[in-house]
Amino acid sequence: MRGLRLSVNNLACERGERRIFEGVSFTLSAGEALVITGRNGAGKSSLLDILAGRLHPAGGAILLDEAGERTLAECLHYVGHRDALKAALTAEENLTFARDFLGHPALKPREALEAVGLAHAARLPVAYLSAGQRRRVALARLLVAHRPLWLLDEPTSALDTTSQETLRLILEGHREQGGMIVASTHSPLFLKDAKEIRIERTKIPPPVAGEGAERSEAGEGAGSMEHSPSPAPRSREGHPLPQRGEGETGEPL
Amino acid sequence: MIRSFNALLIRDLKLAARVGGSGVMGLIFFLMIVTLIPFALGPDLNLLSRIGPAILWIAALLATLIGLDRLFQADQEDGSLDLLRLSHAPMEIVVLAKVIAYWLVTGLPLALAAPFLGFLVALSPEAMLAMVATLLVGTPALTFIGAVGAALTSSLRRGGLILAILVLPFMIPTLIFGVSAANAAVGGTIPFVTPFLVLMALSLIAAVVGTVGAAAALRSGE
Repeated sequence: MRGLRLSVNNLACERGERRIFEGVSFTLSAGEALVITGRNGAGKSSLLDILAGRLHPAGGAILLDEAGERTLAECLHYVGHRDALKAALTAEENLTFARDFLGHPALKPREALEAVGLAHAARLPVAYLSAGQRRRVALARLLVAHRPLWLLDEPTSALDTTSQETLRLILEGHREQGGMIVASTHSPLFLKDAKEIRIERTKIPPPVAGEGAERSEAGEGAGSMEHSPSPAPRSREGHPLPQRGEGETGEPL
Repeated sequence: MIRSFNALLIRDLKLAARVGGSGVMGLIFFLMIVTLIPFALGPDLNLLSRIGPAILWIAALLATLIGLDRLFQADQEDGSLDLLRLSHAPMEIVVLAKVIAYWLVTGLPLALAAPFLGFLVALSPEAMLAMVATLLVGTPALTFIGAVGAALTSSLRRGGLILAILVLPFMIPTLIFGVSAANAAVGGTIPFVTPFLVLMALSLIAAVVGTVGAAAALRSGE
């Protein structure tokens, strides 16, 4: 797992014959994290889908070095909007399945649920859990099987602040063990020295009547990429954040 | 790979057994059709026992079909299919585990319930045995053929009807040889083995073609 390296070159994505984005390039080595930002419909989830092998890229290449015989799909965890949990099964059964199915077992389902603070819900069917609890069970799946690359689509959605902090600690723990993280997000994840990539359109959008029109508009025209491994991320308040390498890019809420 | 296979098989069997699972649905549907026919046809025992095997086979085919659209669609909707793509086990193993689990909760109970339902259509004891044998050997063919259609329609919202239209023509040979084997067991000029062996062959072919076909359909699905 140590020497693993993911490089993405000039990736382009098309959905329904519309170019969503192009020219996305980044590299990620063991212990690094990449945060993908961008407005709704900019293609953040599509980028993760391509990395997860669910979509075929319209151009560009994804290379995985030092992975041995494992393919990219076998090296990654994917937690997306759909939580991939079976509502009729209990939280523990869902995790037991993931652990046995994915291979390379790590934590036991009980321990993983404890890590996300849901030990008490282990025997409850997932159908009875709230949105935030379901999300935490889905995130607990990251812990039951060893996979070096974690792809997270809006991991903090539906999570309360305590759970967000728990998630941050889990993510940092994964990086310390040499893992890699690619996460799309709107709210800051407060990951240490995370690379940031912003997917956005070049053209200034014409004024739209309502929010609903935004999504259908967003794919038009060539998206542009602004790759900023070095620090231009700004916090929400507008204060420039500390330079890379100086420490944490922010304090947890 | 075996571990992944077992894990998926056990998960699907558990799901079928839980509330809202497809476990008993096919069996009840089967029972309903077979129960209705004698009421509609009247108490002509000779007629019933003559067309009994055909009724049971048609009912079994429809019962197999009824839950089939959810085979991959349920996993597609809740995102589990994306999880299933991440295994080191190829998609074929995933399909095989799901289809076998589906057959264990639909096809197998149908075959085992056939003798009891045979009473309703006045089957002779030999015919009941023949029904069990033909359904046991023939329903896997139905399930595997149906799996290709289920994989193709997994992302469609109302895929059930399209699924039926897609796969029914391919199920007809199984139906023909299943019924003719069951009929041959109680009389007629051809020996029982001839159509029975063809039925076995159909199941074996369907197992290979269905697994590969459904896996290919799922791969190109997204």
